[in-house]
Amino acid sequence: MMKTEHMVLNMGPQHPSTHGVLRLELEIEGELVRKVTPHLGYLHRCFEKHCEAMQYNQVVPYTDRLDYLAAIGNNFGYAIAVERLMGIQVPERVEYIRIIMAELQRIASHLVALGSFGADIGALTPFLYLFRDREHILSIIEDTCGARMLYNYIWIGGLSHDIHPDFVRKTKEFVNYFKPTIVELDNLLSYNKIFIERTANIGILPVDTAINFGASGPTLRGSGIKFDLRREDPYSIYDRFDFEIPVGKGLQGTIGDCWDRYYVRVREMEQSLRIIEQAIDHIPEGDVQSAIPKRIKPPKGTVYARVENPRGELGYFIISDGSVNPFRVKVRAPSFVNLEVLGELCKGYLVADIIVILGSIDIVLGEVDR
Amino acid sequence: MREYLQNTWLGIYTVLVGMKVTFKHLFTPSVTIQYPEVKVPLPERVRNRLYVNMDDCIGCDQCSRACPVSCIEIETVKSLPTEDLGLTSNGKKKALWVTKFDIDIAKCCFCQLCVFPCPTDCIYMTNVYEYSEFERDNLIYKFATLTSEEAVEKKANLEKFNAEKEAQKAAAAKAKEEQKPADKE
Amino acid sequence: MYQYFYELTNSTILSTIFVAVFPLVNVLLVALLGVYLERKVSARIQDRIGPNRVGPFGLFQTVADFIKMMQKEDAVSNEIDSRLYNIAPVLVFTGSFAAYAAIPFSSKLIGSEVEIGLFYILAISSIVVGGILMAGWASNNKYSLLGAMRSVAQIISYEIPTAIVVLSIVMLTGTLSLDIISQQQTAYFWNWNIFGGAEFEIAKFLLIPFMVIGFLIIFISTLAEVNRTPFDIPEAESELVAGYFTEYCGMKWAMFMLSEYGNMFAVSAIVSILFFGGYQSPFGYLGNSIGLEWLIPFEQAFWFLFKGWIFILIQMWLRWTLPRLRVDQLMSLCWKYLIPYAILNLIVIGIISLI
Repeated sequence: MMKTEHMVLNMGPQHPSTHGVLRLELEIEGELVRKVTPHLGYLHRCFEKHCEAMQYNQVVPYTDRLDYLAAIGNNFGYAIAVERLMGIQVPERVEYIRIIMAELQRIASHLVALGSFGADIGALTPFLYLFRDREHILSIIEDTCGARMLYNYIWIGGLSHDIHPDFVRKTKEFVNYFKPTIVELDNLLSYNKIFIERTANIGILPVDTAINFGASGPTLRGSGIKFDLRREDPYSIYDRFDFEIPVGKGLQGTIGDCWDRYYVRVREMEQSLRIIEQAIDHIPEGDVQSAIPKRIKPPKGTVYARVENPRGELGYFIISDGSVNPFRVKVRAPSFVNLEVLGELCKGYLVADIIVILGSIDIVLGEVDR
Repeated sequence: MREYLQNTWLGIYTVLVGMKVTFKHLFTPSVTIQYPEVKVPLPERVRNRLYVNMDDCIGCDQCSRACPVSCIEIETVKSLPTEDLGLTSNGKKKALWVTKFDIDIAKCCFCQLCVFPCPTDCIYMTNVYEYSEFERDNLIYKFATLTSEEAVEKKANLEKFNAEKEAQKAAAAKAKEEQKPADKE
Repeated sequence: MYQYFYELTNSTILSTIFVAVFPLVNVLLVALLGVYLERKVSARIQDRIGPNRVGPFGLFQTVADFIKMMQKEDAVSNEIDSRLYNIAPVLVFTGSFAAYAAIPFSSKLIGSEVEIGLFYILAISSIVVGGILMAGWASNNKYSLLGAMRSVAQIISYEIPTAIVVLSIVMLTGTLSLDIISQQQTAYFWNWNIFGGAEFEIAKFLLIPFMVIGFLIIFISTLAEVNRTPFDIPEAESELVAGYFTEYCGMKWAMFMLSEYGNMFAVSAIVSILFFGGYQSPFGYLGNSIGLEWLIPFEQAFWFLFKGWIFILIQMWLRWTLPRLRVDQLMSLCWKYLIPYAILNLIVIGIISLI
């Protein structure tokens, strides 16, 4: 009998296909992968320790840098957490604008995820088309708050700037411009036979594994579970809007494969457009900075607030001891928890599929390592 | 068998649909611009390099305290009551000499938290984004308008004034002390 | 071609030099223009501009790249097998370049009028396989070897549908020589093989759908032979390996690239000769209608280059539209789909040609 052992292959931190600095240690037997171990920590920047030295409002620029592709969601979660702790009620205008910005950001984040997913598989053209559309969103947000990626926009108790006078018009133009683009993406990539061959029946995530590991976001919804925090635990004014929650149905393979997660993201962009359309015409008048407290000194206590980020459930657990600095800020990052699922999903697939599976889970290393 | 034929048909058909999409894009104009000659017009609220208008600065230190990365360093010297530093643009009287106002623009995270607390709106973000340097020390911007000799001079003046005040106070106290026993007697 | 130039110049030396240099110049031009066009076409498809600073419209971009590559340091590791390492690019280039000997650029510009032209081309372009294996082995790199094995498997498998479709054309036209096949598709475009061949009878119309299927099969197979997307596992910055030419830098890598573009043109040329009339013009010759007989070879050369470049542009178009196939899907496409269809095609064409 020959004694065989598995070869250990290292997909190192610097790699064109891992979305950031992630080291994957693969144990392969020929071409089949037996075990995947992710090694993290290459982007650790001590966010949680840093927060203990900052005042509450100085933490907001730092939260931007967690999931840098969906920065508004991070700001939103933190603001909701501290507002809950202090019992602040924000004006209606602020709520509407926050929701519109969050949905715009959701579309932008999904554009990056889908574009880089296509680029990993070899279709380089949709990557550029989707980034061109992302430019429109970023310039809308840049008009209002001045920055394209790390906004520092949603403050505790309000917003940093009121919306630009052109905001409503430009957003409506964008909504009309974007609907045919999703159709074009479907034609070019989603139903392409080669793309389906590469992604269907790959990386099937069973329902109980997803729930046991705590997956959330499109990773969970791709397996058929209809769980979205905007419905289950509505924060802000999401309960006033009418939108559907897309789930994976196994249209091109089995439920829970990579194509389903991709499909959930594409359909979520459409639903975000729906929310924006419902909200954009009804923004009430008001002052966006009226509820911002002069000195943010929450009472002693703890709070856990969660929002639906494009990548999953982002949670902030804040312990306050009554002073101007938080005692502890803990972030429950969705990509960190979703990354665990990778070990379960990769068993028995070829090395070429690992990249596809990693791309479909859609991690951002800024969140994973904080 | 049916699946086999369906695979073949789908393979050919979806490739042709994809090719049609890319073919249409061959004739759309390009969205990129030729950068150094043509630049993207930036919106008015854009957040790039910081600038401080020292005429308006009253040395209150609010911006330095608001900055999350501690990139602003301010040192001030109290002015003498006889000196007149002038007024800021919105009518306030300045009372402090600002001897050091350094912003390390390499550390700045462009969060704009320093702009809001300023009472005179003298620190603001401009739209300059092409300011790379070859030496890292050149990225520490010094905005204070006093030269270092003047700063030393102001400080010396202040110390002298304080010393005089102390001496006067001591003399007045001594005079009071001498008066008291004289009164008692 | 040799005879023609011998009569023209009456000197053996000049004619030999011309015969040898002409395809080489063509390959170099194809490589230069090919790289430039690839970047421009991909940029236009992606709504960008592409190179436009070096020279008018960026035409000298490839020259600049070439100069950069020539002045690069030839860094090799100590562990390689240097004889195989140095021979590999030569073999790969020869395999693709030698195919030009039998391709007719016009009725007078043929390298050598062998009667077994097609057979020779299929055989000589298999030398590339040996070169790739040498490159993978000599690099002393686990991943290069893996990439080389995959690439070799791809090339050998896809030669089979190519050969079967070529066989079906040979059955129709009755000759292996590319020159005679081109001459048979004379006059107007409805005489081209894709429209059923030159004889106007009932068989011609019956043949048209099967000729179209044959064209599709050979186009896909030759796309795989030249390692273009969607079959570019060996050369994409694919998942782990950069393929069999990871360890090559500078001029040697440029040889691999040259051979790729040369091969692209050669297979486009073969496809256009077999199905689209080779150097024949679709509308009749200007020379004939004006009365200048010597103009005809130049016109034919123009049409030949035009058709070759159209197929290269279609190959580039496909590259920027489709994602990549995985290796086992590539092999299953060849063996489970293309070969059965090609064999069925062959049988039906054989039956029809008996009518």
